[in-house]
Amino acid sequence: MRLKSILLASTLALGGCGGGQEQAPVSYGPIGGETGQELAEVQVLHRGNGTEPQSLDPHRAEGVPSSNILRDLFEGLVAEAPNGELIPGAAESWEISADGLTYTFTIRPDGRWSNGDPVTAFDFEYGLRRSADPNTLSRYSSVLAPIRNARAVIAGELPPEALGVEAVDERTFVIQLETPTPYLLGLLTHSTCYAVHRGVVETNGTNWSRVETHVGNGAYRLEAWVVQSHIHLARNPQYWDDDNTTIDEVRYYAIENQDAELKRYRADELDITSTIPQKQLKWIRQNLADEFRVTPYLGTYYFGFNTTQPPFVGRPGLRRALSLAVDRDIIAYVVSGAGELPAYSWVPPVRGYEQQVPEEAGWTQAQREAEARRLYAEAGYSAENPLQVEVLYNTSDNHKRVAIALAFMWKQVLGVEASLANQEWKVFLETRKRKEDTQIYRAGWIGDYEDAYTFAQLLESTNEQNDFGYDSPRYDALLAAASAEPDVALRARYLQEAERVLLADHPLMPLYFYVTKRMVKPWVEGYEGNIMDHIYTRHLRILKH
Amino acid sequence: MFRYALRRVFAAIPTLLILIALAFFMIRAAPGGPFDTEKTLHPEIEAKIRAAYHLDEPLYQQLYRYLQGLAQGDFGPSFQYIDRSVTELIREGFPVSLQLGACAMLLALLVGVTAGGWAALRQNRPSDHAVMAASMTGISIPNFVVGPLLILAFAVHLDWLPAGGWPTEGLLARLPNMVMPVIALALPQIAYIARLTRGSMIEVLRSNFIRMARAQGLAQSTILLRHALKPGLLPVLSYLGPATAAVITGSVVVEQIFGVPGLGRHFVQGALNRDYTLVMGVVVFYGVLIILFNFLVDICYGLLDPRVRQRN
Repeated sequence: MRLKSILLASTLALGGCGGGQEQAPVSYGPIGGETGQELAEVQVLHRGNGTEPQSLDPHRAEGVPSSNILRDLFEGLVAEAPNGELIPGAAESWEISADGLTYTFTIRPDGRWSNGDPVTAFDFEYGLRRSADPNTLSRYSSVLAPIRNARAVIAGELPPEALGVEAVDERTFVIQLETPTPYLLGLLTHSTCYAVHRGVVETNGTNWSRVETHVGNGAYRLEAWVVQSHIHLARNPQYWDDDNTTIDEVRYYAIENQDAELKRYRADELDITSTIPQKQLKWIRQNLADEFRVTPYLGTYYFGFNTTQPPFVGRPGLRRALSLAVDRDIIAYVVSGAGELPAYSWVPPVRGYEQQVPEEAGWTQAQREAEARRLYAEAGYSAENPLQVEVLYNTSDNHKRVAIALAFMWKQVLGVEASLANQEWKVFLETRKRKEDTQIYRAGWIGDYEDAYTFAQLLESTNEQNDFGYDSPRYDALLAAASAEPDVALRARYLQEAERVLLADHPLMPLYFYVTKRMVKPWVEGYEGNIMDHIYTRHLRILKH
Repeated sequence: MFRYALRRVFAAIPTLLILIALAFFMIRAAPGGPFDTEKTLHPEIEAKIRAAYHLDEPLYQQLYRYLQGLAQGDFGPSFQYIDRSVTELIREGFPVSLQLGACAMLLALLVGVTAGGWAALRQNRPSDHAVMAASMTGISIPNFVVGPLLILAFAVHLDWLPAGGWPTEGLLARLPNMVMPVIALALPQIAYIARLTRGSMIEVLRSNFIRMARAQGLAQSTILLRHALKPGLLPVLSYLGPATAAVITGSVVVEQIFGVPGLGRHFVQGALNRDYTLVMGVVVFYGVLIILFNFLVDICYGLLDPRVRQRN
């Protein structure tokens, strides 16, 4: 016992030293000169961008690092303001028919590709058809599903020309939908919906998206690309809003090691990081608090129950007991602690959707634990006959800490004997999908567009990502009703009702809503952060420093 | 000598084939595939992607196809970096690893041999103990500790060197970026080489022919440089083959910490992404490299040591 406390004390002391003694660099003068708004002479922005992007072909790329760069290289029909609000992009305006099924876009007359060619409605027609064409091998084309015939085109049952998109003339572009889709405009900011330059793609084949031949319609054009090192973009003088663009060059660095990224930030080699190392959180709060930017993110961190296997098959009460026994404040504020919000529901706060708050969210933790104990006993477990369960997570320090906290809480409150298991990411994905060996598993879901449906669909019984094995006819029916409903308010009500059904069944245990956390230098002006974490370089400026 | 070299080249072929076959089956046996992500692919698209990469063919046919490509110097397309071929990724990454590795090896040899020789001459004196203690530390502190410490000291606090990155505007622009990775890579090698040199030099200095040279009244420097150094370096030389290969290939951690676009990162990221062709390409390339270095060392051995030459 004594030894243990000495060890603990010395660990704490060491930890304290490591954090406390280092000084943050304070080498820069008054930001923005005398007026506070003076611009720096050199407008080159350095952004940390996580892992090496897979591709810069908007239709074949996948993952956040690619999307970040594509947002600067291309512009969809619709774009986003720094706060995430939708603003006109390649289309200067649009009209939506009364039944919500036809969208008519007017393409702006001054839109230009980086090679000088005009951007027309035909480019978007070609782009969307190419994106849906299964021969393009787009890994993301399923998000096009709301567009008429998209499912059949993706499945290869109809030719790409059958897709519900049409260029009426150079400046008029029409999208026909399968069912009314209030999130369509938001979806059009996704790289899957970008136009590509037909001539360039057809001349160069799949290699068109490399430096030598890349052509885009965004505020920047591709200048250099060294795999596993950096991608340089230079300002595109052909861009229609080039006059309002300030930054001349943006450099994206592939840095998968978060500690290395923070160090390069501290050495002033990066202006914006992609994230922060969780274990440096305390140090950052003490030393660089002003530069640490936290924004709510469209994602839910949760643990799922495998509802097709014992001990959780057909036992919502037991699942609820385990969920109630978890103190989410501790998970969100102590174990994670970067500003994550404790979650009792599945869908994070999104526009046009009333967040669902189950009754237990209003209870005290003591009340939750009492109810958990009651349900646990009701399920037939006791101190003599405890529930034995395996908690599976993908190998990572952060997930491990959460899993340990869960096991500890279950042990304390219910006497559950939980064992922890971790697997490497791809192994983990396969195990989870197989639904044979999993009992409780870690997961996270980041929405593709700002709408509750991107979360709701995950639990549909036919969804291929439904690793819970959740199968509720009522839930499916409500989702189907929502999909067919032209009235936006009524559609939201169906989705809200569906979430209530889901939360009562407990196929999953939401723990917190994600945040994006990153370092931003004080001289980067215009950074606001938004729920989709879409940061356009053209909205940023570098102040004198 | 020529016949010996030829024989070695032929002996390497089955070794390589076994390596290729092992790597080929092992990476495919690993659970999870290249196209598994959090978001499940549409079955139609997945089938098309698998067909595009010939993953729908029977394994033996895939292996045959792979070997066929290899014979023409084609490592196939990368599964992860879909716009690039593995050949291209290796062609871009290898020179980077080679620059770092060669500099690190050179540094390690210079410092290691000097320190080891010096320690041997001062056997059991405090300076000897100091060198050996330092080299023990060098061996036992891993790269992933040394790297970040160097960055903290020289990039964050002193601001003398860049914390990472790999400018491509020419070697001169890159030099400051190379200093820390080279040191981090060289440190453990310096330590090994110093210990090896010391051990074998002590042995050589005690041998009869050195005693003879001393008796003839030759100067200490002549004895050391002309007579003792050559045989004293033989164990270092035989260590050099695998060490050079290890430095060039084993810079995985250092490359990550300093953001260097070398081959090592492809190896790790390729394995994590289940990028079959990239992992295979790097394994085969490394295999060839290791065989080549061992071969070169054997040749050098023959040149330095007449006894080896005669036996062959």
